[in-house]
Amino acid sequence: MSLFPKQEMTANCRVSHGHRRNLLVAMCASSLLAETAFAQSPTNIFDPAATPAHSIFDLSMLVLAVTLVIFLVVGGLLLYALIRYRHRPENADREPAQVYGSNQIELSWTVIPILIVVTLFLSTTRVIMGTQAIPTPESAFNVTVIGHQFWWEYRYPKQGIVTANELHIPISDPAHPTPTYLTMSSADTDHSFWVPRLAGKTDVIPNKINTMWIDPQQPGLYLGQCAQYCGTQHAKMLLRVYAQTPADFAVWLNQQRQPAVQKFSGNPAAAEGQAVFMHNACINCHAISGTVSTGRFGPDLTHLPSRETIASGSIQNTPENLRKWIDDPNSMKPGCLMPAMHLNDHDLDVITAYLTQLR
Amino acid sequence: MSTTHAVEGIDGTLALQQSRPPLSVVHEWLTTVDHKKIGLMYITYALMFLIIGGVEATLMRIQLAVPHNHFVSPQVFNQLFTMHGTTMIFFVAMPIVFGWGNYLVPLMIGARDMAFPRLNAFSFWVSAFAGVLLYFSYLGASGLYAAGSAPDVGWFAYAPLTARVFSPGHSTDYWTLAVFLSGVGSIGTALNFVTTIICMRCKGMKMSRMPLLAWLYLVMSGLVFVTISPLTAAQIMLTMDRYLGSHFFDTQAGGSAVLWMHFFWIFGHPEVYVLILPSFAFINEIVPVFSRKAIFGYPTMVAASVGIGFISTSVWAHHMFSVGMGAAANTFFVFATMVISVPTGMKIFNWLATIWGGKVIFASPMLFCVGFLFQFLIAGLTGIMLGAAPFDWQLTNSYFVVAHFHYVIVGGILFAVFAAFYYWYPKVTGRMMSETLGKWHFWLFVIGFHLTFDFMHIPGLLGMPRRIYTYEAGRGWEGWNIIVSIGAIFQALGLLVFVYNLIQSYFKGKEAGHDPWDAWTLEWSTTSPPPDYNFAVLPTVNSRRPLWDLKHPEDPDSDYE
Amino acid sequence: MRDAATISIAAPQEAPWRLPYRGTVGMVCLIVAESAIFLIFVVAYIFYIGKSLTGPTPAQVLELPIFGTACLLSSSVTVHFAVAALRKGKLRGCTGWLAGTVLLGSIFLITTAREWYHLIYDEGLTIQTNLFGTTYYSLVGLHATHVVVGLVMLLLAFGFSLFGFVTEAHSERLETLSLYWHFVDAVWVVVFTVVYVLGR
Repeated sequence: MSLFPKQEMTANCRVSHGHRRNLLVAMCASSLLAETAFAQSPTNIFDPAATPAHSIFDLSMLVLAVTLVIFLVVGGLLLYALIRYRHRPENADREPAQVYGSNQIELSWTVIPILIVVTLFLSTTRVIMGTQAIPTPESAFNVTVIGHQFWWEYRYPKQGIVTANELHIPISDPAHPTPTYLTMSSADTDHSFWVPRLAGKTDVIPNKINTMWIDPQQPGLYLGQCAQYCGTQHAKMLLRVYAQTPADFAVWLNQQRQPAVQKFSGNPAAAEGQAVFMHNACINCHAISGTVSTGRFGPDLTHLPSRETIASGSIQNTPENLRKWIDDPNSMKPGCLMPAMHLNDHDLDVITAYLTQLR
Repeated sequence: MSTTHAVEGIDGTLALQQSRPPLSVVHEWLTTVDHKKIGLMYITYALMFLIIGGVEATLMRIQLAVPHNHFVSPQVFNQLFTMHGTTMIFFVAMPIVFGWGNYLVPLMIGARDMAFPRLNAFSFWVSAFAGVLLYFSYLGASGLYAAGSAPDVGWFAYAPLTARVFSPGHSTDYWTLAVFLSGVGSIGTALNFVTTIICMRCKGMKMSRMPLLAWLYLVMSGLVFVTISPLTAAQIMLTMDRYLGSHFFDTQAGGSAVLWMHFFWIFGHPEVYVLILPSFAFINEIVPVFSRKAIFGYPTMVAASVGIGFISTSVWAHHMFSVGMGAAANTFFVFATMVISVPTGMKIFNWLATIWGGKVIFASPMLFCVGFLFQFLIAGLTGIMLGAAPFDWQLTNSYFVVAHFHYVIVGGILFAVFAAFYYWYPKVTGRMMSETLGKWHFWLFVIGFHLTFDFMHIPGLLGMPRRIYTYEAGRGWEGWNIIVSIGAIFQALGLLVFVYNLIQSYFKGKEAGHDPWDAWTLEWSTTSPPPDYNFAVLPTVNSRRPLWDLKHPEDPDSDYE
Repeated sequence: MRDAATISIAAPQEAPWRLPYRGTVGMVCLIVAESAIFLIFVVAYIFYIGKSLTGPTPAQVLELPIFGTACLLSSSVTVHFAVAALRKGKLRGCTGWLAGTVLLGSIFLITTAREWYHLIYDEGLTIQTNLFGTTYYSLVGLHATHVVVGLVMLLLAFGFSLFGFVTEAHSERLETLSLYWHFVDAVWVVVFTVVYVLGR
């Protein structure tokens, strides 16, 4: 009995061999590409720079190795079976031996997976405990993180500082660790704090307080972004974590602790800008310490020029960009919650002059 | 030699249909309670939404091909991923699975129809209405005087983003109501499956002699009852929050955003098992026929399916590892998630053992089954990676997860559904689909699938979160996103070939006869297409493969069971 | 020439082929699904016990609804007797017991309505007041909705029975309906325990 003409059979076999060869070439090419791309990414989870990310990396290597072996074994057997036991014209007449089952074989491929599962489970539990179930050390540096639509608020309770969008933390010396503990909640919808090179992500949820810790050992800028859909501009709620040497960090802290600059000798534009700012609705949403501007809905602007970016990391902090932003935020980040202030050109100029002088 | 003889009293030739007025045909289909017609309506409906959902995906892929693209606005993009997810799950995958079950289950257990034919029709029309309602949101959600607004809260609609204050207007309500109604239809259909399978099997068909497809639809339906209901409850709560001022998920009043997540995922995780179990059913029926061997380990397959059904209700919070549930809860859900891989693995091994020692015929149905086997294996393995909670803290909410679940749904479920089409199309229409076009479909789709979803894992590993309408340059995501977008084109082409094949074969396909594949279950004993009453005389069976017994009277299965 | 209908292999004598009644199986499925919905509302209730930020607490405003509960649970007994009567062909008995069931169920609804009136107008507790109000009204309200649906069906059955349309052949169908009613009562036992006993 032959349901299918012979020519079709051989054509199938040829195709499946060619498919295998192409697959091999594709795999080599993609792994080469992967090397190059991976090396350049500042958010590569396989390039850990802090202990939580390191422990995850180690676990992930184990899991990847185990799953790779399983894939090669099972996939290999499958491929072998499909080729070896394919229908050939010579043996078309009889049906093959009907085998209904085998208790021993089925037992073995129940027991072995159970053993694999137990191994993976135990390794995973170890990392969970090591990250989430350890006591907070005395030397921990504490920052409170509050997620907003669509920016990040950072408060340093012991130092009395409030800032936004660029998180500065001290590096941690392995000999005397000073991890940074982030206590997080949200003012509106769900967000998620994800800086891949430092740690896994932890969600930032209203009416719930979550804690995570990071301890980068190398100074530098670590990038990430919000990882829980929170509304229209979820995509541009970027994270910038500046890990600094103790000396640099002390300088930064000191600068942030100063109240806002209020005298602008030799800069009448800035002085006028300050007046315009304080008489506009800006003060309802923003805070500038030492002035009547005490709004908390939007980012604290006391030391705005000390930041490299505005709009939660998505726009470079230059006077031109700042002016454009104030004029119409939705033209640069459509759907963000800051309204266009409808200021005339002169007011825009002086307010920009004021804000860029705030050091 | 395969000559399943015609059941007495039925003329098996494809007689020319007498032409009837179109209105009469439409009326017949609108008022039918016949499980076969309802099944076909579900399937056609699902295919239409598959194309719509595919268009939504293509638009998203164009936007994401390069960083800072301006192809669509953030508002439109956010609507696109919400509609794409909701459409694909509720108005493609569920209906297609229910449609095939509706068509096949009564035929395979030797019954004339489902247990409650009118409920069957009602369930279909409610679900169909729900799909239309969801898309009406484009017109109606903010009032017809303004531009319409489709929901944009994501397919899992996390609170409190769905609260009135963060999602004004009615777009969220269209999502809630459409999905709610779809759930009502699902529960009705599941009720029908369970009752049919338990109460309407033909003589001699003990539960232990049912085709595995019937077992899997039974387990799936049981799962539907405990899966869809939590979502229904949560949506009632959400609507109360939005309209009656209640505080279920109102964090300002002490409510919990995490509670919505629990309720949603108590639905959401078993839901994917609701979708995969019928896919397993198709593989269970097709692989043995095209390996010319009985399924290996029938009792184990049943036990594994039931086990998967039960365990799947206990793993839901592996979607919430990053939410801050605490080490104890995280550990429990890691354990449950990893445990479910054991019965799932057993099924893969049993399929391997079925093929082993057989005579594999690579016709179109089997090609798609082979694709399923490799792809589901990989999907399961990336699932294990995600089940290791700390690894998940990096991978969750990134494109790695998007790649993983598309691997399951497209690489697994959709491939199994394609296999089902090629296998049962001859039974439904009486004609064979074109093998040549089938192979074109397979290869185009496989290439497109792997281009898109293999490479999609990489941006996830490089830190790209999901649900973003654009992304920064310089993070190493650019090249991969272009490759992913190109794969979509191949998949669209493959799908076009498939639809063309479906239509062309209806008119020009070779006549199929009763049993073109030389198969062993009851549906192949009646004509193609079956008459309205399915069987002239209801059969009596003595084993799991009644037609094998007929064709091999010297060595029937009943000797071994 | 053989076909699927007549397999002439020597088949062992099997027991007569009897499968369960469709109505019972279908109703059990519905009950499973509805139980899952109720379970979620019960979970929400338990989760939010003690978490209200303001407003009246259960201990302050709730009283045990003994009379209503007694009526509802008795109605399970009456509907059971209605089914038993119908099975024995006693149609007038069936009508009477059904009337009793409808009456007892209606009394339960009235006691719930009175309780809600008191809570809203005297104690100031609405669904908007606090988490307790939200979870209480939704859970008890969901149950009451199911009671209403059941009463409508029972009223229909009573009406058919009264005008002589119901016969002994319908006893399986009436039993299916009575299963639903027993389910509604069982849910009340759970709600009563969680809301009025544990929650206070």
